[in-house]
Amino acid sequence: MTHQTERVLPRPTPETTHFWEGTRTGELRLQKCDDCGKIYFPPRPFCPKCGSRDVSAFAASGRATLYSYVISHIPAPGLEPPYSVAVVTLEEGPRLMTNIVACDQTPEALTLDMPLEVTFEAQNDEITLPFFKPAA
Amino acid sequence: MARGTVAVVGAAETTEMGVIPETSELQLHADAALNTMADAGLTAADIDGIAAAGEAPDVLAQYLGITPAWLDGTLIGGSSFMLHVRHAMAAIEAGLCTTVLITHGESGRSRVEAKGFPEFIGGKLAGQFEVPYGGSLPPTMFTIPVLRYLRTHGLRPEDMAPVSVVQREWAALNPRATFKDPVTVNDVMNSRMVAYPFTLLMCCLRTDGGGALILTSANRANDFPHPPVYILGTGESAEGPMVSQLDDFISSKAFRLSGERAFAEAGISHDDVDHLMIYDAFAHVPLYGLEDLGFCKPGEAAAFVADRNTAPGGSLPLNTNGGGLSYMHSGMYGMYAMQESIRQLRGIAPAQVPGAQVSVAHGVGGMFSVAGTIIFGNEPA
Repeated sequence: MTHQTERVLPRPTPETTHFWEGTRTGELRLQKCDDCGKIYFPPRPFCPKCGSRDVSAFAASGRATLYSYVISHIPAPGLEPPYSVAVVTLEEGPRLMTNIVACDQTPEALTLDMPLEVTFEAQNDEITLPFFKPAA
Repeated sequence: MARGTVAVVGAAETTEMGVIPETSELQLHADAALNTMADAGLTAADIDGIAAAGEAPDVLAQYLGITPAWLDGTLIGGSSFMLHVRHAMAAIEAGLCTTVLITHGESGRSRVEAKGFPEFIGGKLAGQFEVPYGGSLPPTMFTIPVLRYLRTHGLRPEDMAPVSVVQREWAALNPRATFKDPVTVNDVMNSRMVAYPFTLLMCCLRTDGGGALILTSANRANDFPHPPVYILGTGESAEGPMVSQLDDFISSKAFRLSGERAFAEAGISHDDVDHLMIYDAFAHVPLYGLEDLGFCKPGEAAAFVADRNTAPGGSLPLNTNGGGLSYMHSGMYGMYAMQESIRQLRGIAPAQVPGAQVSVAHGVGGMFSVAGTIIFGNEPA
């Protein structure tokens, strides 16, 4: 993927800073409710299931499966068509959007439920994005 | 809310439709509003409630010379206007106002003083967790669930194509439709790939236009030039703007909840429905709608369309104006779906369904984010 520095990059908020600190150090951080056990994403300082503010961040395994995707032929900043826009299901349960990288961007190469693993690519000093690639 | 206590007594679209570079977005609202007031035989002095999306309701009030006792600026995407109808019905029933104008205008193609790409499409969290990956436009967001839907039901991308083919047949009957030439499944599949598995002909248009409605209490609904169209049932719900965070990808929770509420309030069964509008931003949305509103069992909507049940002459005429795929799509299409429902119940639609008495208009806001459902009837009960 070329022109990565032209991507529209995240602007962290106080509630999401820990996530972006994690990706810089090679961790995909999820949050878990210390009261009800709910594991959730995207970041917020309370449990979306029970409302508790007693939550903690932890490093996910980085293993996931491909839930669904499109292969976009539409130019987008920092993304060279065709590129996949995918939603993956993390081993811990939550889903997130990403690009599937290090494989052909074709329906044949991108099969639903294929095992994936996280890979991190620094975009600048502050932002490192998590992508997913076929599991080794 | 009680079935049939509020009626639509004015309904009209903008004078022009399609490419209107000589008119600003604000004036598209106003053009639709003026046509609708004329349709109802009213002037701005008769309106005491106003709702709008795209422009703020106070902006419209001042521009049109309306002094409102009630305003609603709900802006949740293409189904905003269904929610306006629902909220207006509650306001009229509660006595907050008597006569509500709901306006839509959008310079979706010409972009004449148009609003920028709205943040409701994703919100600030989507800016961090979806936009960086290209999930920033409807063709790469609204579309993501469908491969999972197709896989779950043993379907192929080409099974979506009949939606586009059939709606083009309806559009051919509508002089105001943008695209009228027939297309085949092969045409749909061979059109330019936009975002696999969606080809260009599975994606909605981008045009300019507008529409407006006037609602009032049913007990004065017969005092207007056109036969009233009663509101029998309404529903709304939301799941949220981040497509990656939807409950699942084979059904829309917001669709299901909104539809259930509307049908329960109307007290009708699916067999009572003569005509149906389902917001079709992309070819898969009517399939989800047919299933989530209960017209088809999960996984059966594609065959239902391919078997011509929704086509001209079929048992459940769907998107009879040609829909967002062939008629027009300014960006927030929900208003046009309701306009077609009302034309059908007034008996003046270009592709008129003979004897239509009950019509369902189902809208979506964002990418399966918000749903609004309105059930119209030409009898109050």
